[in-house]
Amino acid sequence: MNSTPSLVENLDRAPLGKDEMAAMVARDIPRGSYVNLGIGQPTLVADHLPAGSGVVLHTENGMLNMGPAARPGEVDPDLTNAGKIPVTELPGAAYFHHADSFAMMRGGHLDICVLGAFQVSAVGDLANWHTGARDAIPAVGGAMDLAIGAKKVFVMMTLFAKDGSPKLVRECTYPLTGLGCVDRVYTDLATFRVGPEGATVLETFGISYDELAARLDVPLAPANADRTPSPAPHAGPTVPSEAPSPGH
Amino acid sequence: MTVQVCADADEAVAGIRDGSTVLVGGFGMAGMPVELIDALIRQGASDLTVVSNNAGNGDTGLAALLAEGRVRRIVCSFPRQADSWIFDRLYREQRIELEVVPQGTLAERMRAAGAGIGAFFSPTGVGTPLAEGKETREINGRTYVLEYPIKGDVALIGAHRADRMGNLVYRKTARNFGPVMATAATTVVAQVREIVEIGAIDPETVVTPSIYVDRVVQAGAAAEGRSA
Repeated sequence: MNSTPSLVENLDRAPLGKDEMAAMVARDIPRGSYVNLGIGQPTLVADHLPAGSGVVLHTENGMLNMGPAARPGEVDPDLTNAGKIPVTELPGAAYFHHADSFAMMRGGHLDICVLGAFQVSAVGDLANWHTGARDAIPAVGGAMDLAIGAKKVFVMMTLFAKDGSPKLVRECTYPLTGLGCVDRVYTDLATFRVGPEGATVLETFGISYDELAARLDVPLAPANADRTPSPAPHAGPTVPSEAPSPGH
Repeated sequence: MTVQVCADADEAVAGIRDGSTVLVGGFGMAGMPVELIDALIRQGASDLTVVSNNAGNGDTGLAALLAEGRVRRIVCSFPRQADSWIFDRLYREQRIELEVVPQGTLAERMRAAGAGIGAFFSPTGVGTPLAEGKETREINGRTYVLEYPIKGDVALIGAHRADRMGNLVYRKTARNFGPVMATAATTVVAQVREIVEIGAIDPETVVTPSIYVDRVVQAGAAAEGRSA
């Protein structure tokens, strides 16, 4: 992951499904990494880690080298993952209590965590725990500890919400989980690097870089191209202020 | 003081007062001391503050205590779940107070209480709504938020095995909050699957040393008596 290849535009393929997104994340996890996969879609990443990858999965409720979900007949109520789903243990597993489990996160011992998100900003702010709706019951779990603790934070999400609004944004409008904590964003339409320099497009799927830039209100740069970050198409005073139609 | 080996769960929860702060172990149902909670419901203490990772699952255990209206306030990281309907209803009817705490901060605040730490600076939650109104400090270029200990009057935890000294061994991910809560309360009550003789647990494998544990009860001890 040290030298970033140039932008790849996959115009000939459809936007990625959940499993393909998970496969993209898995591809970028170095062998032997200690990894935490968040509840929901990120758990799919485990299915795409190649045999013999040596990746050790951490679960916040106190285990390293967690195995796959338990099959019928293997269910042990004392052995669950962060989503309370029965799982299994792999040889070399270790158990520990909650304060130790979160010390592993906060202390910077985890190499990567993969999280879902409502919104990610171009500088890597994350909003993934609360929609801010007045009647919503807030529930943060381990999201804030993971977001600021892991050495690298990968987000896996669709690029647009169900209402068509982009989830990669200039500034998060949902309540924040962590500031400047996200490194990579894997979406159905593109993969991004985010951080202090803003958002860089690494790869697109079924959409060109220019189309993507037109649909997002975020300054973007293509990976390793000899270009400076382009202004967002609707940010400057000389371009129309009407937002692009995100489709239906 | 040596551990009290209780005849049943009712004896194990005797004396818990109204208004107590009760630390309740478990992550979902794994490690949840259901029999102790059922006994606490029979015991009758009310106006409780409960500290637990979740706010009850289904209709049993912590959810049942909530349903009885005994809990004034809950401090937890993840109240909202597919099966947290009892908490959801009480919260929407404004019949329970909620303090949401990031899960690692919840564990560390109890660890601090048990370890005699007055407060600590954590990077978790900085810049988020959960740090609003809290003191922050920049240390070596990074911002931290000040967090205070959470101490319980009582901890109710589930463990796998105890010896008659009160040393505890847990099993797999049911360990979760048990060892931390065992350090952080004035009276620590453990529900275990079996109680063995002193010396029967390899000292190298003890997770919670006896010094933290006040009462132990074998799960099923009460049920046998009642169902007879």
